[in-house]
This record gives sequence, C-alpha cells and structure tokens, in this order.
Amino acid sequence: MVRFDDVGLRYAGPSGLGPQGPAPEVLRDVSFTLPQGSFHWLLGPSGAGKSSLLGLMHLALRPSRGEVEVLGQRLSQLRRGALPALRRRIGVVYQDFRLLPHLTVFDNVALPMRVAGRGEAQLRADVAEMLRWTGLAEKAGALPATLSGGEQQRVALARAVVMRPALLVADEPTGNLDGVQARRVLALLREMHRLGTTVVVATHAEALVAEHPAPALRMDEGRLVAHG
Amino acid sequence: MAEPSRLATPRLRRSRGRDPLGLRRALSDRLLPALVAAMALLAALALAGARGAAELTARWEAGAAAAMTVQLPPSAATGGRLERALAALDAMPEVAEARVMDGARMQALLRPWLGEAPAVSLPLVIELRLAELPASPEVLAGRIGAAVPGGTVESHGVWVARLVALARSLQAVALAALVLVAGIAAAVVAVAVRAGIAARRSAIALLHDLGATDADIAGRFGQRAGLLVGTGALLGTLLAVPVLAGFADLAAPLLGSQPAPSLAALPWASLPWAELALLPLLGAALGWVTAQVTVRRWLRRLP
Ligand SMILES: Nc1ncnc2c1ncn2[C@@H]1O[C@H](COP(=O)(O)OP(=O)(O)OP(=O)(O)O)[C@@H](O)[C@H]1O
Ligand SMILES: [Mg+2]
Repeated sequence: MVRFDDVGLRYAGPSGLGPQGPAPEVLRDVSFTLPQGSFHWLLGPSGAGKSSLLGLMHLALRPSRGEVEVLGQRLSQLRRGALPALRRRIGVVYQDFRLLPHLTVFDNVALPMRVAGRGEAQLRADVAEMLRWTGLAEKAGALPATLSGGEQQRVALARAVVMRPALLVADEPTGNLDGVQARRVLALLREMHRLGTTVVVATHAEALVAEHPAPALRMDEGRLVAHG
Repeated sequence: MAEPSRLATPRLRRSRGRDPLGLRRALSDRLLPALVAAMALLAALALAGARGAAELTARWEAGAAAAMTVQLPPSAATGGRLERALAALDAMPEVAEARVMDGARMQALLRPWLGEAPAVSLPLVIELRLAELPASPEVLAGRIGAAVPGGTVESHGVWVARLVALARSLQAVALAALVLVAGIAAAVVAVAVRAGIAARRSAIALLHDLGATDADIAGRFGQRAGLLVGTGALLGTLLAVPVLAGFADLAAPLLGSQPAPSLAALPWASLPWAELALLPLLGAALGWVTAQVTVRRWLRRLP
C-alpha cells in the first residue's frame, strides 16, 4: 500500500534556498492511496512532477511536508537507518536506466541481491530466471554499452524485479522504445501485477495507456489533478 | 567478435561482480601505495630514531650519575680533611648534594682497568649533584677547586648531561615526526577516497537507492583503502630495514660496540622489529578508519 497525505516537495540546495530565494515546491498538496496489489498509470506533461512523485515513493527523496506511507511504514516515523531494509522491498525502473557500465548484464541484475547479502549460489538461479523472463539469457555476459535501448530497458526491469518487490515503480519504461519493444516491457510489468505486486508506471505514451486501461494518477504543475 | 567476449565472461563476472563500485580502478593500486610506502619509510626512520635516542639517553645517564666529581688523595680519609671538604661543598648554593662514592661501587667501575683486587690504593671520590646545569662548567670547577684545597675537579659529567638533554629532544622530535607522518597519511587517504567517491558517485547513489546501508558502502571503501595502505606501509617498512641496519652500525661505537665487518654482521638484532612489524598493521588500520569516516560523512547527504 502507498499513501500520500498532503505531501509537498521542494528541492533545496545546500543552503535550503534556490537561485532566487526559497526553492519552489515541485509537488503541492498531493494526497492519494494506492491499494496493495493495484496497477496505476502516472500521467501528466513533462515537468509535472511524475519523477519527483516516484522518487518519494521509492524513498530516494523525503517530503518537505505531509506524510508518505509505503508498505505500511510511515516515513516520518522511520530512522534513516531503517530505510535500506524498506528500499530492498521496492523495485525501481529508472527513467535513465542507471545500469552500471563496468558490470555485465548478469552482475547488473544480480546487484540488488548482492546488496541484500544473498549467497552467490542462491542468486545465480534467480538472476538466470530473470534473464530468461526478460529474454536476455544470451546477453548475460555483455556490457550495457553493447546493448540496444530496448535491451538496456529490459535489464533495468530485470534488476527491478529480481528481488520480487512488493512495490514496483517504473519511470517512462517505454520512453525510448518502438511499439513492439514497448509492448513487450509492458507485458512484463502487467505480469508482475498479476503476481501480486503493486505497480506504478509513469508514462507519456497515451496510446499504450489506451491499450491497457487501468486507474491513473494525473499530475499537472506539481498537483494531482485526477485520480481513478 | 562475439566469441572472445563470451570466453572472457566467467572471469569478468568473478572479478567485477563483487566490486560493483569499481573500486579496483577508482582507488588504484599505484599512487596511494607508493605515497604510503614513502611515508612508512619516514615513519620507520623516525621510529628507529626515537628508539636509538632513548637507548643513548639511558646509556649516558647510567654513565653520568654525577654531573661533577672531586677527587681527594687516599690520605684525606684521615685527619678530618674529607669531612671539611664535604662541609665546604654542601655550603655552596650550586651543589644540591655531595656524597662520597662508596668503595664497592668505585671498584666495580674500575674493574675493567684494575682487575678484581686492585693493588693501588684508590683515591676518594666525592660525587656532586648540581642544583642546575652550569652555563660554564669551567668557572664552577674553579670555584669548587678553591673550596676544596688539594682536590681534583672533574666536570665531564656536565657534558654528558648536555648530550642526554640533546638526545631527549631528538627523541621528542622523532615522535612528533611520527605523529605528523600519520596525520599526512590520513590526509592523503582522505583525498584519495574523496576522489574515488567523485569517480563513482552515480554507482554509490545507485547502491544506496537499491538499499545498501552506509556500513556496506563505507565498508567497501574501507577494505580497499586498508589493503592499499597496508601494502604500501609494508613496502616502505621493508625498504627501511637495510637503511636502519646501516644507521645502527654507525651508532654502534656510541653504544659501546664495534662497527660490523660484513653485511651479515650488521646489528640486525638491534632493530626495533616489533615496532616495524606494527607499521603495516597500523597503516592498514589508518587507511580503513580514514576511508570509513570519509565515506560515511559523505553518505550523510543522501536521504
Ligand atoms: N534534482 C532536482 N533539483 C531541482 N529541481 C528538480 C530536480 N528534479 C526535478 N526538478 C524540478 O521538478 C519539477 C518536476 O520534475 P520531474 O522530473 O518530477 O517531472 P516529470 O513529470 O518527471 O517530467 P518528465 O516527464 O520530463 O520526466 C521540474 O520543474 C524540474 O525542473
Ligand atoms: Mg520524469
């Protein structure tokens, strides 16, 4: 479950100020609840605050005001030391992939499991399964720079789901992909949803949304303008 | 094209997978160990210097229990001449204590020259402890000679005391140099680690976002820095050993032994081996702690 209650966010510089006085709020008065196991689109024009909202959801950002509750934990009541354990239960597909260039596809996908301290023998099977699921088994030893955009996107997806997260957050997962590749990635996301994961997908691709009707959060200029 | 890369895969996987931050390149095994080796060499020299100065101090102090002595002929033991001399010396403000050296100790001191049972009758020796080291021992010796008619004044102990003071300050300087070297080493490690953080900023941020703890990330840097600094310190210490053996050989006459005729006969046993063995361990610990502190401080800016 994800719950936002009257959330505001400003990106503060080191001084807490932007170039002209206090930094503006990029999210304002955002309130919504996503039930456990739901699938939601996150829509809105560029700069509306979609990535910022997802950043709060996967604990890469802390709200400037209001309460964020993720997987039953209220952020305001968590010590900083308790966040890593919670982050490991959340899978993220980043808008810019964030694959590590010096690691192979296998090691990139294995990264969350190694961070969580899983044994090599155990993670080998899980990573191999994810690579098969995303159609990357042949590419296990390749470096990210040698992959196509669609392949990199699927590596990012495999890394996001290898830990079987309870919450999966995807930021423009079909952004640079042609129709075929985009549908393939979306099918994988829907399958995670069928398996019980709460899924949130930010996108501009209205055609894709039309093909897969689901509840949507619609943002504009930092505000939630529609929900449902 | 595909074949060689596939062949290389298992090795790549094994070597890189456990190093997700790429620290083997970000904290390279060239510059940091070389700098640390140079500093460990300095530290070993300072360490040996401090110990050598301590040994000289101990040895010279034992040999110069008294700053000055006054000798009287054996005949002075009778007729109250010794008592008068003692009284005159005690009355001088520069003299803190005047004591007759007892016969057993004098025999022990003279044994190397005179053998077990000296046939000659020994002079009486009055040892003087001075209130403070005189600026001019000769002037004081003259005044003491005037106070004790027929006495022979010996003031070489004053010079020994001065040497002891010099050796003590050398010891302090060497220890200060040691502390300074450790401080510079910590600063060098901190700079190297900060450069490593800057080079791997996005990988660190990703690991953090995937749920890595500060302890995990700092631990990776700490291990790497500890290994590099420990290795560098070991190299520097090994380089220092022959240099120190040479110095120990030069110092041998000051400590009452002979310079070595051959390499094997160098005074190897006199090197401070225990302290030298500690240097690489202390270096590794310093690298580990410095990296931990630097990385943890940096990580605090992440949510
Ligand atoms: N790190 C940051 N520091 C300061 N301002 C930021 C930062 N990231 C985003 N912003 C600002 O926050 C606002 C919302 O950005 P955000 O990336 O959340 O939008 P978005 O809806 O994801 O846009 P897009 O569809 O282009 O990805 C923008 O005005 C942007 O300039
Ligand atoms: Mg965005």
